[in-house]
Amino acid sequence: MLVDSPPEPSAETAPAPPRRRAVRAAGLLVSLVVLVLVAVASIAIGAKELSLEQVWHGLFQDSGTYGDVVVGERLSRTVLGLLVGAALGLAGAVLQALTRNPLADPGLLGINAGASAAVVTAITFFGVTSLNGYVWFAFAGAAAVGVLVFFLGGSRGATPVRLALAGTAISAALYGYLQAVMITDEAALGKMRFWTVGSLASATSDIIWQVLPFLAAGTVLALALARPLNAMAMGDDTARALGAHLNRTRALSMAAATVLCGAATAACGPIVFVGLMVPHVVRSFTGPDLRWILPYATVLSPVLLLGADVIGRIVARPAELQVGIVTAILGGPVFIFLVRRRRTAQL
Amino acid sequence: MNPDAHARTDADTDGETRTTRTTRTGPNHRRSTVSRLSAEDVTLAYDQRVIAERLSVEIPDNSFTVIVGPNACGKSTLLRALSRMLKPRQGRVLLDGQAIQSMPARKVARTLGLLPQSSIAPDGITVGDLVGRGRYPHQGLLRQWSTDDERIVRESMTATGVAELADRYVDELSGGQRQRVWIAMALAQQTPLLLLDEPTTFLDIQHQIDVLDLCAELHEEQGRTLVAVLHDLNHAARYATHLIALREGAVIAEGAPADIVTAELVEEVFGLRCQVIDDPETGTPLVVPAARKARTAAVKSVGVPSVGVGKG
Amino acid sequence: MKAPRKQAPRDQAETAQAAPARVSRGRTVRTVGGLSVRVDVRAFTVVVLLLVAALTAGVVLIGTGDFPISAGDVVRTLLGNGDAGQEFIVNELRLPRVLVGLLVGASLGLGGALFQAISRNPLGSPDVLGLGQGSTAGALVMIVLFSGTARQVTVGALIGGLVTGLAIYLLAWKRGVHGYRLVLVGIGVSAIVTAVNGYLITKADLVDATRAVVWMTGSLNGRDWEQVWPLLGLCAVLVPLVLGNARALRMLEMGDDVAYALGVRVERTRLLLLVAAVLLTASATAAAGPVGFVALTAPQLARRLTCSPGPNLVPAMCMGATLLVVADWASQRVFGADQLPVGVVTGILGGVYLLWLLVTERKAGRI
Repeated sequence: MLVDSPPEPSAETAPAPPRRRAVRAAGLLVSLVVLVLVAVASIAIGAKELSLEQVWHGLFQDSGTYGDVVVGERLSRTVLGLLVGAALGLAGAVLQALTRNPLADPGLLGINAGASAAVVTAITFFGVTSLNGYVWFAFAGAAAVGVLVFFLGGSRGATPVRLALAGTAISAALYGYLQAVMITDEAALGKMRFWTVGSLASATSDIIWQVLPFLAAGTVLALALARPLNAMAMGDDTARALGAHLNRTRALSMAAATVLCGAATAACGPIVFVGLMVPHVVRSFTGPDLRWILPYATVLSPVLLLGADVIGRIVARPAELQVGIVTAILGGPVFIFLVRRRRTAQL
Repeated sequence: MNPDAHARTDADTDGETRTTRTTRTGPNHRRSTVSRLSAEDVTLAYDQRVIAERLSVEIPDNSFTVIVGPNACGKSTLLRALSRMLKPRQGRVLLDGQAIQSMPARKVARTLGLLPQSSIAPDGITVGDLVGRGRYPHQGLLRQWSTDDERIVRESMTATGVAELADRYVDELSGGQRQRVWIAMALAQQTPLLLLDEPTTFLDIQHQIDVLDLCAELHEEQGRTLVAVLHDLNHAARYATHLIALREGAVIAEGAPADIVTAELVEEVFGLRCQVIDDPETGTPLVVPAARKARTAAVKSVGVPSVGVGKG
Repeated sequence: MKAPRKQAPRDQAETAQAAPARVSRGRTVRTVGGLSVRVDVRAFTVVVLLLVAALTAGVVLIGTGDFPISAGDVVRTLLGNGDAGQEFIVNELRLPRVLVGLLVGASLGLGGALFQAISRNPLGSPDVLGLGQGSTAGALVMIVLFSGTARQVTVGALIGGLVTGLAIYLLAWKRGVHGYRLVLVGIGVSAIVTAVNGYLITKADLVDATRAVVWMTGSLNGRDWEQVWPLLGLCAVLVPLVLGNARALRMLEMGDDVAYALGVRVERTRLLLLVAAVLLTASATAAAGPVGFVALTAPQLARRLTCSPGPNLVPAMCMGATLLVVADWASQRVFGADQLPVGVVTGILGGVYLLWLLVTERKAGRI
């Protein structure tokens, strides 16, 4: 028979010894350094390679040379990658804690499909053509579907399969709509086929400023939820016995996750698997304490996203592979590995 | 081939088992003749996790054998191996002198029935239909529902007291009724050997006794051989004719409950200090855990086997 | 042919309680030789009615188009008594399309019922498991990279579907294939393949991209006898094979352990039926594109009509055929001939149905 793993001990009840805490803090610092390195690589690597001096020059002594212009463009792309990556990782960690389900992910939960359907509607029926214009539609669509999936997936007793299937089913339905529109409207097809794969290539400072307030608010909210989510990890009854406000925590977590994913998807199209993968990786060395998982996920997710973006630029030079494709191709196998490794029998 | 000889050689190769057997084996067991179901020197494992190594067990014919032991000692694993759900990594399980893995699935299913812990009632199925599915190994594409099938299904439902529920939907039943329906399905399979994995889990005390009484009846009146995994040591001691105590995948003792259930055995197997007294109703051994003060004096306390909580 | 066992509607159940309890509900036909066959009256009726509906819709569909033909004329022509013009339109142009529709619908319905029964999940359809995506990937490779002909696209889709099915099975295999793992692995594979498809579409020029999107939606336009024969042959082999294993599949519903205890060779049955389901789905998809939701909805609708537990294979098959032909007819009537492919209609129908399913099943505490 398959033995369900016992509920993971909470860090609330067993505070980490000071030494482990120091190790974790040091690890976080190292992760930050890695993030900076990846960010620099993201600025330096591309169709035109830049040396470190050129990067430095472009960042701090902008004098309008060709290299400086390239740095400027890659800078907004990198900043957007940082923001979006952090948002996706954080949202994934919150969703996984909220649903007590290591498979929850904004992509699997249909938020991407909601954003896509809203964007195609915007293009075809409202005549929106600029990327900046898409943002609000994508955001609204993502939010609507996020809420819908959560309720259809069984809000309280949401099981891994039920949520995943609710998300997939709604995605399937929305993609049907998407196809109908794209078949009848060639212009929409021309735009959508690039938007739906998820890319950082079109980043501009306008888009960054549009989504920044949402991402900032969502990040603060999500980080503040670490303690109540820790309590909820042990089951509703235990959480209630510990004095957690279940419904409030649940509503706030869902709101934080939806705002984060919605804004991220609005800014650069659907990017899957970052939110799924990073919290898993993080959990493997921080343990189940969300007060560590959330900061780590915030730092390491952009590492993955920017890394995938850089890879996408390297493998298809001088053109590039959209980051959404790279993350799915890297993340899919990880997902399957996780499914295979989990020794669960429950449905 | 004489399986008794097997048991002897096995015991000789396995030092620990031999000592426990020779010291604790009850007289019943010595007399046991050809046994239809036995595990020979089996090593049981899930993936990399080894549950039991070189385990040999013989199920006496026409016995009501109960396997007991602390959580995660390999009780259910052993039952799964005996019912060919789990293929032993080494050794073999013999049914009527043949390796069970090599026998045709249907032939085994007509000889040996199993009530597993996890079973799913299909949506919207009625009790009668579910019990009827137990006839599967006896049916064929052109022999889908004979008069025998009908009679046996009705008898099985009567025996378990669910006959009047025949038209009800399984989803609507209480836990106790549902468990009896599943037992009825296993009965309808009409096998001389019946294996039950924790048949009393999730039942209240009255239904636990009902189910155990039913098992005892099946054993006494129809002469079937029953093997059950039970959590409650006192139930086991009262109903079993043959008891197998496992710990960490090894047989610690086996024999008639009256012969082997002692305070020392319970402490050895469960790590629980207790007294063993005579059951005032049946005279079988009754395990009474020592009071808290007495136990805290003891060095180790592994956990009390409790009714209906936790699965091995 | 045998029909699944059924439970009577509740009013009958009450009368049965008054009478000495009948153990099981199907009508049993016994012969002197000891043979007995169970027939479920309600399921049988449902199958007959669905067949009638499918054939009627087929006749109407043949009559629909730029040159409308009355139903009487269609039947007369089909029987070989029509005039030459009608004969050409009916036999050469429209009949093959309707036959492909019927066969594709039946294959998808049966394949969907198998997948749902094996994964023990009403949503575990080939759409969700990524088989459609796999076929799409095969077709897109042909369209985008090789600008292939229709036939090459069909072959590509077939290979794509089969390879994906194989990959899902192998990846989900770990001491047997667990239904739960099958669904989740399918979702993972589906995501990877979707990314590949997205990439291929961004690489295509707009003409190829449009062609790809039309193909991805699923369409019966321009299907002819060349698609009919392979499908028919495959169904002739697979349908009896699947139905022969239907009883074992019904035992599998109760969990692997119970099925095993009852003498079902669980892994072998499951592998056989999965292979059959993958073949049915992949060939149907190759012929008409990944027509959405037929595989998902047909088994569920069939089950609600027959009110019987079990995989309901034959009713699901008939329901699939009916659904697809009716949807094709609806898309031609509502949007005008060949404006929107049939997949859009099944998608919309299926989406609405799915939402309803999720809500009601959640209330019933299932899924």
